[in-house]
Amino acid sequence: MTVVPATPHTGRAPLPGARGPWSETVLELLRGGDPPPAGEPADADPYGDDLQLALHCCYELHYRGFAGVDDDREWDPRLVTLRVALEERFLAALRADVPPGDDVAATVEALLVEPVGPAAETGVSHHLYRSGELWQLREYVVHRSVYHLKEADPQAWVIPRLPDAAKAGLVTVEHDEYGAGDPARMHAVLFADMMRELGLSTGYGHYVDVVPAATLAEVNFMSLCGLRRSLRGALVGQFALVELTSSPGSERLVRGMRRLGCGPAAIRFYDEHVEADAVHEQVVRRGVLRPLLAAEPALAADVVFGIRAAGFLGDRLGELLLGRWSAGRSSLRGPLPDGPPR
Amino acid sequence: MPAEPTRVTLTDDGPVLVHGPVEIETADGRRVRSDRPVTAVCTCRRTRRPPFCDTSHRTRVREEQRT
Repeated sequence: MTVVPATPHTGRAPLPGARGPWSETVLELLRGGDPPPAGEPADADPYGDDLQLALHCCYELHYRGFAGVDDDREWDPRLVTLRVALEERFLAALRADVPPGDDVAATVEALLVEPVGPAAETGVSHHLYRSGELWQLREYVVHRSVYHLKEADPQAWVIPRLPDAAKAGLVTVEHDEYGAGDPARMHAVLFADMMRELGLSTGYGHYVDVVPAATLAEVNFMSLCGLRRSLRGALVGQFALVELTSSPGSERLVRGMRRLGCGPAAIRFYDEHVEADAVHEQVVRRGVLRPLLAAEPALAADVVFGIRAAGFLGDRLGELLLGRWSAGRSSLRGPLPDGPPR
Repeated sequence: MPAEPTRVTLTDDGPVLVHGPVEIETADGRRVRSDRPVTAVCTCRRTRRPPFCDTSHRTRVREEQRT
């Protein structure tokens, strides 16, 4: 029998601080209040801190909930109505910002080449591999913690919405993400082990207050597509993008961490993802995308939307990180104790 | 319980996929175990993590050549 490791990241999240009228309204509802409407969703910045934090808080009710908040707020009609209105604003912006398409095969093929040369090797993992500093790596892990402490959970929502063959393929990958029967090998647990070794808090939701809207938006997109059956194609697209592209980036992070002298628990998380995602790429293409599109060919445009929207949001976050770091500044809303040198 | 045959999937562009836990004996006599639900065994010999696939089979394209 395997003993579940006692990890604090399994607890409930603390309530974050508001970032504007929409997030304040959501937080007031979570605290049991009855606030007046915050205004017109059409006026909210779809990628801004206020809307993204409001969505994050609505979604968290569906995962582990907040400390001190009634679990039944999850289906409070006022919160659901607000959430859907803000989702529509977010979705409309994404649909306007990514080119439409329905050629899944070509979109996937384009992801399966490894761009090389100075013009291509400009992403966050390239920077952390070559010349990133330890405080930048720690900031990167803080951003990633919003997702990885619940790794694979947003994608689990889609399971009952898939045709049989695609369901079997997706669950094969999810099973691996959840440790293939061994809780100590769950990717969320490996991520917490890495955080601990890097001197970071593994508290669930601990860093939400310091991450910017771009970080929340990436994870919100997963939750949005996971919770809406009508966006099951987009969820699979998002899932495919991660599984198809993470192996080479994980290898760079492993090398960057070795260069920075990080310990074995820190290195293990990305080390695991090099081999795991090389398998997942194959299973997602053959066992998920192919049977999904054979059964529901009309979902092709949504799959492409999911791939492109997730890529767009990932690029925005990457640009924010590299932009701040190249200016010697923290990428967080409040720097960690060992942040950039002053 | 009747033994299920091991499912092996050949891919046209990359590794061989083996379903279920495997123990692989490498050419130099090492034994390497994988407990993954599916294991991707490298066949292109470009992997830096033999005997497992690390996606090194992917075509490398210089950025300026991309459309």
